[in-house]
This record gives sequence, structure tokens and C-alpha cells, in this order.
Amino acid sequence: MSTALNRAGLARDAYKGAATTLCAGCGHNSITNHMVKALYELGVEPHLLAKMSGIGCSSKTPAYFVETAHGFNGVHGRMPSLTTGAHLANRQLIMLGVSGDGDTASIGLGQFLHMIRRNVDCTYIIEDNGTYGLTKGQFSATADLGSVQKKGAVNTFQPIDPCAVALALGCSFVARSFSGDGKQVVPLIKAAIAHRGTAILDIISPCVTFNDHDGSTKSYSWVKDHEESIADVSFIPFFEEVHVDYEPGTVRDVQLHDGSHIVLKKLGEDHDPTDRQAAIKVIEEGRAEGHLVTGLLYVDTKMDDFATTEHIPQRPLKDLSQDELRLSRDQFSQFMSEFA
Amino acid sequence: MTEPIVNDLTIQAATVNGSGSQTANLVLTRAIFHMGIPVAPKNVFPSNIEGLPTWYQLRITPEGHMARSDKVDILVAFNVATWREDLKTVRPGGAVIHEEAFSTAEARTDVTYYAVPFAKLAKSKIQNDTLRKQLANMIYVGVVAGLLGIPWEAVEHGVRRQFLTKPKAVPVNLDAIKVGYDYWQDNFSKQDPYRLEPMQGAVEGKVLVEGNQAAALGALMGGVTVVAWYPITPSSSLCEYLVAYADRFRVDTATGEKLISVVQAEDELAAVGMAIGAGWAGARAMTSTSGPGISLMAEFSGLAYYAEVPVVIFDIQRIGPSTGLPTRTSQADLGFVYTLSHGDTKHVVLLPGTVEECYELARDAFDYADRFQTPVFVLSDLDLGMNLWMTPEFKYPDKPLDRGKVLSKDDLERLAGEWARYRDVDGDGVTYRTLPGTDHPAAGYFTRGSGHDEMARYTEGADAYARNMDRLSRKLETARHVLPAPLADEAGAPIALIAFGSTHAAVVEARETLAASGKPVDYLRIRALPLSDDVAEFVRRHDHVYVVEQNRDGQLFDLIRLALPAELVGRLRSIRHYNGQPIPAVAITEPLMQLEAVPA
Repeated sequence: MSTALNRAGLARDAYKGAATTLCAGCGHNSITNHMVKALYELGVEPHLLAKMSGIGCSSKTPAYFVETAHGFNGVHGRMPSLTTGAHLANRQLIMLGVSGDGDTASIGLGQFLHMIRRNVDCTYIIEDNGTYGLTKGQFSATADLGSVQKKGAVNTFQPIDPCAVALALGCSFVARSFSGDGKQVVPLIKAAIAHRGTAILDIISPCVTFNDHDGSTKSYSWVKDHEESIADVSFIPFFEEVHVDYEPGTVRDVQLHDGSHIVLKKLGEDHDPTDRQAAIKVIEEGRAEGHLVTGLLYVDTKMDDFATTEHIPQRPLKDLSQDELRLSRDQFSQFMSEFA
Repeated sequence: MTEPIVNDLTIQAATVNGSGSQTANLVLTRAIFHMGIPVAPKNVFPSNIEGLPTWYQLRITPEGHMARSDKVDILVAFNVATWREDLKTVRPGGAVIHEEAFSTAEARTDVTYYAVPFAKLAKSKIQNDTLRKQLANMIYVGVVAGLLGIPWEAVEHGVRRQFLTKPKAVPVNLDAIKVGYDYWQDNFSKQDPYRLEPMQGAVEGKVLVEGNQAAALGALMGGVTVVAWYPITPSSSLCEYLVAYADRFRVDTATGEKLISVVQAEDELAAVGMAIGAGWAGARAMTSTSGPGISLMAEFSGLAYYAEVPVVIFDIQRIGPSTGLPTRTSQADLGFVYTLSHGDTKHVVLLPGTVEECYELARDAFDYADRFQTPVFVLSDLDLGMNLWMTPEFKYPDKPLDRGKVLSKDDLERLAGEWARYRDVDGDGVTYRTLPGTDHPAAGYFTRGSGHDEMARYTEGADAYARNMDRLSRKLETARHVLPAPLADEAGAPIALIAFGSTHAAVVEARETLAASGKPVDYLRIRALPLSDDVAEFVRRHDHVYVVEQNRDGQLFDLIRLALPAELVGRLRSIRHYNGQPIPAVAITEPLMQLEAVPA
């Protein structure tokens, strides 16, 4: 364990949380570790972090990292509305939402869509295992057609692909990864946090208890065999100098709002992450070929985020003084006289 | 001709919705109010955009009665579809202004008819083709002004006031009114007893305000900064007024930045969720809803109660169940809202009974929410919220905002970081909270709707659960003693009335009627839940106490019965009104007299 201090003057241990209560080997625990690494390396100040979640195994995880930060484990499928409200109250907070596939693609689909529509500045991580773990193994809406439950039942419905849905809505940041691929997940989390707008990060995260068997398309072995990364992802925070020693033409560099860079190294066919149609195509092609396409699918750094569109000041609304909030006596009596 | 009836009459205009009739009604209302005469308008409108029947009742009394009248003195019949039914509502001896084309064959002979060729006049006299339909309604304002003797100066004032922000519309509307005014002078002689005469002192210092306007102003003065809502009648106008007031008063003129965020959410779930998220993060936050919307907010209300997040939720009641009658009034959400959500949940509920209280309680609701770290419901209704009411001008707040028990960075340093989110250090059940963004390592805690201990840690422990629930009870008990106390008006009568909310107007009138007939009754108006101890004491001082409310099941009656010592329960009686129309005084006096005639 590194004892080196980051930009915020904190050691990596400062980003740890309570002990996990999830199953040993759960993909979500890996994501928690990636989160710790990403937040530590970014030098996020814990008091400015707001960890938001809904209900389910995934939604428990905000308790397992950055224990000193505020967290809010709300109601099932409604993390986006709580996050939107908290963000409006205080734009200074770094909103980090953690949700699951049931929480996002079933009960919370409406709020998921509308958060994207508004482009609320937050990171939205879907810990996606295609199954309802806490209620013991029912299919979720992201389970693939034909995938098999532990006890043999076959899923007969088309899956909802959160990335495809997000792209269709014009989400300003869409990425997919695999919980076992820390090399990819960590830079994507950092980039999602640096992005100003709704950043959707769908992380396939096998459920070792209910969905890690032959016939599941969300198992460790299936994902390992079928993952197809569209580019190597590196993240260079704004406080580090950009230093890239790749051959010209083999990398793409996307600058984010805070001055950070995402550096994408070409793997085979080049994918342009600023081309939305190409992102939709790459997902569809992967699906047709039985591949799980991972990496940064799409990013739009030009779109205004919700608070900017709404002309909300940078100064937290929660801190406005009584004099700024109340009408003056003169304004009040003038206003009352208009009712006469 | 009989004795003149001066300043004591009810006009009912029966028109078609979407035709602009509401504007005509408001001009008439403002003109009469300008004469110094008390007015009490009630708009009865359909859940429809255009083409269905709508009625506007304008009650005029020298005493300033504000409840709906069950009698019509002057009918303005503009809608052929309801003409026959409307005619039945007129009091014998009343007057009927009607479209000339409506048949009066076989119609009643105990009323005076004034047939006016409204359609022909509109066609021949109103030159403005695009506005002809809207302006046609203004013709009847002129006829009524002629009939009742409203001075032209008052009519002019009514039009100018109604089109305060659209002065260009004044001349064209006045022209249309003049058409009716002249038609009256040229064609009729007065056959009915009704007339209006200017009054002195009856409306001095009074203004006309809708309850939802008052609540929007209250919220603004209460310091609201995050508003999330979903459109639903009859609550929509509250947030729409808030949007308008915010544009006027909450824009930083130097930067163009808004010092408030008003979000039209995708549904009521998201609306209340956003408000709770904002309340958690330290903003003064609210939502407003009605009918089905409050049902949808049940789950989140339980979260805010259990996780102890301040939020203000307005419920402008309409009549249910289900979609019910979306544009009709009711007080039937009382029991539901009081315990909204599953599990042992109990909320602070404020019950404004006047538009002035809509303003005051909306404003103070934010203090209560912060102070008790809990959802505060403000229960208004369609009658109070969407009708214009005469009211004294509202008072400027005399207290600073109360943000409750919030620990700052300095507080945490002073405490050396020793605090627990849900530890009851003061013994009042109200614990200390920190806000996200507080720069101290001990500030953070994990808020959750699942079981938690004093440190906000997850637990399924039996003792910790029961301890927490007991503390929440204690907190509500603290609140109970601080919330607005019931208002008593007593003169030692043996019988009394208890009511809440918009029923107040009918109670005031009913008491006058009863007193005049030798049966004075005392009165207690409830202004908050949980109930104050004053209620039991009040009941103890009376032989019979009638609980009057606008719902089928006697919801307040039930709550009071539960709160009373056993020996007092038998003194309670219930009077209920639940047809969607605002309760008239007669709906109190008649059942009360009947029940009084029954031996106890």
C-alpha cells in the first residue's frame, strides 16, 4: 500500500471505506478498489465528494470507499434525482453516483434517461451484472437474450444496453468497461469525474454467486473471452504535464473541461470517440459479433451541463444569505400593493 | 318592484371554458372590489382546455363572507349546453341575463329575464376578428355593470388592473364592455331589486390574492433555493408563480445568474427526489403537487422522514380517489399525508386556513423543516389555492431564517470531531447534522433509508432500531409544541365547531348565522398536525363539538378522537361535505341544527 501523499496531501488509505459486506470475489469489490485508486490519484478532496446511490448490491458500495466523504444511499432507482438536487444545492460538490443494472435499467430507467437529457454534471457508474443479487438471482433488464440463470431458466427478452440508450439520448460521455480490467476502469473513472456533464460508465461486474456460470454473458470467463477494447485508455490529470511518446497517428487526445486529457491509443480499427454514430455502430457491430466492446465510446466536451444551462452560480445556492433570499422591505410592500 | 337589495347578491356566470370568460369574470370582480365592496369569487372549471361548461360565482356581501353561496341571484347565461340546468339554480325573484337566442319558452316565470343578443352584438360591434370570441365575454361585463349600477370609472379600473402587464389590451376590452353597457342603457329598464353602491371601510387595506400566489411568495420569503415540480392541477400555479417571482426577484442583475433553481421534473418521483437531494445538501428545497402526485411521493417521503432530511412538500388538495375530479376541491388527503409512506411514519403537516396563512405557513415551513430535519407538508386545496381571496396585506417577516442544528467546520473543530449524526445530545430528539462540502475530516457521514445507529452506520440491530424510532417520536413531540397552535374563538357557548383549512370561511359565516338565530357556537381552528394538547382542553370546555371538514370519512374527526381521553370522545360529532364544491355555510348550519335536535 502506497503511503505517498497525493495532491490533496492524503495517502491512499484516506480513500478507503468500511469493510465490504458483498460476496468474496464480487466484481463490485474490484470496482470499489478502482474507485479508491482513481480518487486517490486524482487527489479528490473527500469533503467535496458526494457519493450517491440507489438500492441493491451496487448501491451499498459507496460505504466501502472514502469513508470521510458524505454519502446518500436513497431509494431504488432514484439516485439521479437525489444527485440532481444535491448538485443544484452545491455546484462545488463532485457528484459520484453508483447504481446497478436493476437500479438503472428497470426501476430507475426514467430517472437515468432524464438525468442524461439534462446533462447533470455527475459521474454515473453502473455496476452491471445482469442479475438481481440481493433478491437472489432474478434476471435484470441488462441480461442478454438467451443467457441462462444459475438454475437453468433462459432469458427470453432483449437486453437494455445502457450505453446504447445513453448514446441515443445524446449523453455527453459514454464508456464501458469490465470490473476485472483495472487498467481501463481507473482512467475511465478519472475521465468521467473530470468531464463536466453526465458521464455514464457501464462496468460489467460479474455476480459470483448468481451469474458467474456457463451460459451467463456477464461471467468472468465469458467477458475475458469476448472483451474487445477499442483503444488503450490513459488519463492525464490537469496537474500533470501531457507526455505522450506514441507514434503520431496512433493516439487520440481529448481535452476535458478542467484541462485534463484522455489519451486513447489505437487498437486495430480506429474509433473516433467524438463521433456518436460511430459509437452506436461499434456497439452494434460488437453485439452482432458476440463481442463486448469496451473503452471510451463517446465524449462531447462542448455541451453545456445542466447548471450552466440553468444559470446557477458557482457559489453554492445553499450558502446564499438571508438578504439575498428575501425581498427587501421596499420590494415587499411594492409587491403587495400590486395585489390591490 | 320589491325593496332594493344592495351589495348582497351572488352572480353566477355560466360560460364555456377556453373562451376567455375568466378574464371577463376577473374584470367584473376587480371593478366591484374597487367600489369598496367585499367580493368572494369561486371559479368552477372543468378538466379541459376548451369547450366544456365552466361557472364563475361572484359573491358580494357587506359582511365580506368568503364562503361559496348555495344561492344564485343573478345568472349570466352564456352557455346553451347548460342553460336549462343553470336556470334552475336561480333564487325566486332573481335576474337572468341570457343570450337572446336561448329559448325562454316554458321557462320559469319567477325570475326577471334580460335577453341580450350577445352573438349579434359581437359580430356587428367588435371589429377585432382575432379577439372577437374573447371580447364577446366582455360584453356581459358591460351589461352587468349597467344592471347593477357599477360606475364606469370602476369598470375602467377593473380593466386596467386586470391588464396590468398588458396595457395595450385596455382600450379594446373597454370598447367591448361599452357595447354591453350601452346596450343595457338603450334597451332595458330595471325590473329586479339588485344593485351595488360604493362602500366605505369594508375593504380598506385589503388585497385580492390566490392562495398559490401567497404560498409562492411565502416560499420565496422563506428562502427557498431549489424547487422541483411536475405539472398537476391544482398545484401547478404555485410553481408557475414562483418561476415568475424568481425571474423578478432572484436574478443577479450583474451576472444574470439565478439565485434559485426551479426544475420541471419528469414526474413527481423525481420532483420530490430532487427536493430531498437539495435539502440533504443544505438548500431550502421544496416541491408542490396534488392528487396522484402526492401518492407518488410516498416512498421518498418515508426516506426523508427516516433519514431526517429537511424538505417542504405542498399538497394543493383536489378530490380523489385516483384521478378523481381533477378541478374540484377537497380536504381528503389529511389522513394519508399525515402518515405518508410505509412503516411507522408521521409527518409535520401545516394547515393554512386563509391566504394570509398560505403565505405565512409556506414561509415558516422551511424553518420547521430545517429545525426538525424532516419533511414538512403544507396542505392547501384548490379552493384556497386557485381562487382569489380578500385578505389583509401580508406582513414582512419579523424573524431571521432558522437553519436548525447544522455543525460548521468551526463547530467540528471545537468538538474535536466528536459528534454523531443521530445522537440526541439535547434530549429533544433533534440531532445535529453536517452538510456535504464541510471541510473537516469528521464531517462526512452516510445517509441511508436502511437501519442505522447513532453514528449513521448500517445496522439491523433490534435495540438500535427501536432507539432510533423512539427518538423520532420524541422529535415529533418536540415539534408538536412549537408548531402553529390552534386558534380559539370562544365565548362560553356550550357547543363548538372545529375545522381546518379552507373550511374556515364557511365556519365564520355559519357562526354568524347560528348566533343570529340564538345559537352561538365557539370555534377552534386546527393549524398543524400532530395535534396540540389545546384540542382536548377545548373539547373539555364544551358539551358538543362538531368537527367540520371536506372529506367523506371525517379524517380530522378520527384524528381528534384518537387524541382525546376516552371520557371526551362522546362529545365529538362529525359534519362532512364532499361533493367537490367548496363548502357553503349552510352545509354546516343545517346538519348542526338537525344533530342538536337529537337528544345526546
